[in-house]
Amino acid sequence: MNALAARRRHPAAIVLLLLLGLLVTGFAYATFAPRTAQASTAAQSQVEDGKKLFLANCATCHGLQAEGTKVGPSLAGVGAAAVDFQMGTGRMPLAGPAVQAPRKQEIQFSQAEISAVAAYVASLAPGPGIPDAKYSSGEGGDVALGGELFRVNCAMCHNFAGSGGALTRGKYAPNLRNVSGKHIYEAMVSGPQSMPVFNDQNISPESKNAIVAYLHAVDNEENVGGFSLGNLGPVSEGLFAWVFGLGLLVGFAVWLGKKAA
Amino acid sequence: MSEHEGRRGEVVGTDGFGATAVRLDQGHVEVHGGLPERFSNPGLPPHVPRLSDLHEKGAKRAEKQVATLFGLSALGTLVFLVCYFAIDQEQVAFIPGIGKANLYNVVLGVSLAFALLGIGVGAVHWAKTLMPDTEMVEERHTLRASDADRQRAADDFLAGGPAAQLDRRPLIKYSLGGALGLFALPLVLQLVGGLGPFNIQQLKHTIWKKGDRLVRDPERTPIRADQVTVGSVYHVLPESIKDSQHVLEDKGKAAVLLMRLNPDEIKVKKERDWGHDGIVAYSKICTHVGCPVGLYEQTTHHLLCPCHQSTFDVTDDCKVIFGPAKRPLPQLKITVDSEGYLVADAPFAQPVGPSFWERDRT
Repeated sequence: MNALAARRRHPAAIVLLLLLGLLVTGFAYATFAPRTAQASTAAQSQVEDGKKLFLANCATCHGLQAEGTKVGPSLAGVGAAAVDFQMGTGRMPLAGPAVQAPRKQEIQFSQAEISAVAAYVASLAPGPGIPDAKYSSGEGGDVALGGELFRVNCAMCHNFAGSGGALTRGKYAPNLRNVSGKHIYEAMVSGPQSMPVFNDQNISPESKNAIVAYLHAVDNEENVGGFSLGNLGPVSEGLFAWVFGLGLLVGFAVWLGKKAA
Repeated sequence: MSEHEGRRGEVVGTDGFGATAVRLDQGHVEVHGGLPERFSNPGLPPHVPRLSDLHEKGAKRAEKQVATLFGLSALGTLVFLVCYFAIDQEQVAFIPGIGKANLYNVVLGVSLAFALLGIGVGAVHWAKTLMPDTEMVEERHTLRASDADRQRAADDFLAGGPAAQLDRRPLIKYSLGGALGLFALPLVLQLVGGLGPFNIQQLKHTIWKKGDRLVRDPERTPIRADQVTVGSVYHVLPESIKDSQHVLEDKGKAAVLLMRLNPDEIKVKKERDWGHDGIVAYSKICTHVGCPVGLYEQTTHHLLCPCHQSTFDVTDDCKVIFGPAKRPLPQLKITVDSEGYLVADAPFAQPVGPSFWERDRT
């Protein structure tokens, strides 16, 4: 019998055995446990910054854990794309309850802050991410294909040239003049407010790039006829003819009938 | 009808206007139109002389104005002639008030406007200021021709028939009548024929068949059920559109909108059964006048037609909740085939699009 076996009934033996068991189990777990996949490429500090900004600016309406309240929906699953779009175009934070969040020119947050909030929201649940610039800049996009896709999927709400249109009860599809390609892509993929979702399987990234190219081409084209009247089609053209054209004709008619001084 | 007293105190007419009626064979009769005595003809307003009639200076000024207008017209014409050759057709310039516009168009247009308006406005101004402006009355001559002329016209007309040998040769009369009568038929046929196709059955069917895959418009690629996420909208055509000989006619009836909703939000069991796990397909052709109903509001699940604003509730089997449409949109029954692609499980159960007379008849 060796020395260890001789002391097997020592009172400290149980304590030592338990400690050994715990250590072995702990090491075994640490070595063999499956690691959770690291989906977010954001550094942990960016997510924390984002959380702080979220609590200060967004939690009133969206809840402390972005679970949603009566006035704001849950943000679990909307993804970084939705946050980057909504905050990058000035729609969020919404100043007060309204039928629709309007696009604003002055953005309160810097791109770094927006990216931080986006990283935080993306960490809550998987959702569409920020698009690759290769597919969202519009460069190399087929403008004609983009035009055809735009007319099939988008023109019924946004008008043939992206000049915007009305929906029901005060909602509207905004005009798409001078929107960055990244925001156009993100809007398609996240489906903000009344807009449906056009995910990457519906309209592929190359097709989305084509649509961005088409919209940027419309922004940059010179209207050789003169005044485009907002590209609103026959309504604004008719209004112009009735008000100015008919006004001129009525003016001439009145002048013709008057006697000279 | 009121009565009034005549000048000698006796009751005259019964209609308050006094004068007796004029017959058409009385020749020229001058009357005062039945006006009551208290209305007198005020005549023309007093003539106001113009400045150019009163002072020679005014006339000279008017002459200078007319000459300036004609001169402006000449200037406009010259500018047109020069710029037609001088300005490049692609030249773009900034015009204040309009923005960037094609300079060639603007300059030619404005110069031509001056050229024409100068002549027109100058001529009108000349007429107003320097031409005579005294008021003149031209009497209307009697319209009725003399009795002898009227008799002669009637006689000539009546002599025409026998002169054309129409009474001696009835065959001409009958064959002419037949030809003219028959000629009305092509006109009537076109009017009636334009009311609809002879084969009314073709209005009731679309090219959708059982087993037709749903393909994206315009790429015409098939769609898998897992590619349709909640809130998505796909604009869909049947795969058989690729073999169609009349693509636009077929597309105009077969266009379908594919949407995915949360199955708990769908209130009607038939809609859930005819869809696939929350994916539902509805005809895109409005039941009002046939515009494509493409405006899907994701948050409210309403489909809006842009033409007359008929609104359909997708959670309630596309029932009409606003607007002039009277029938809900027909649903296309869909399912998934063995490879996971969405296919139509049956053609439309009712004719799509606007109403027509024979719609409910079998």
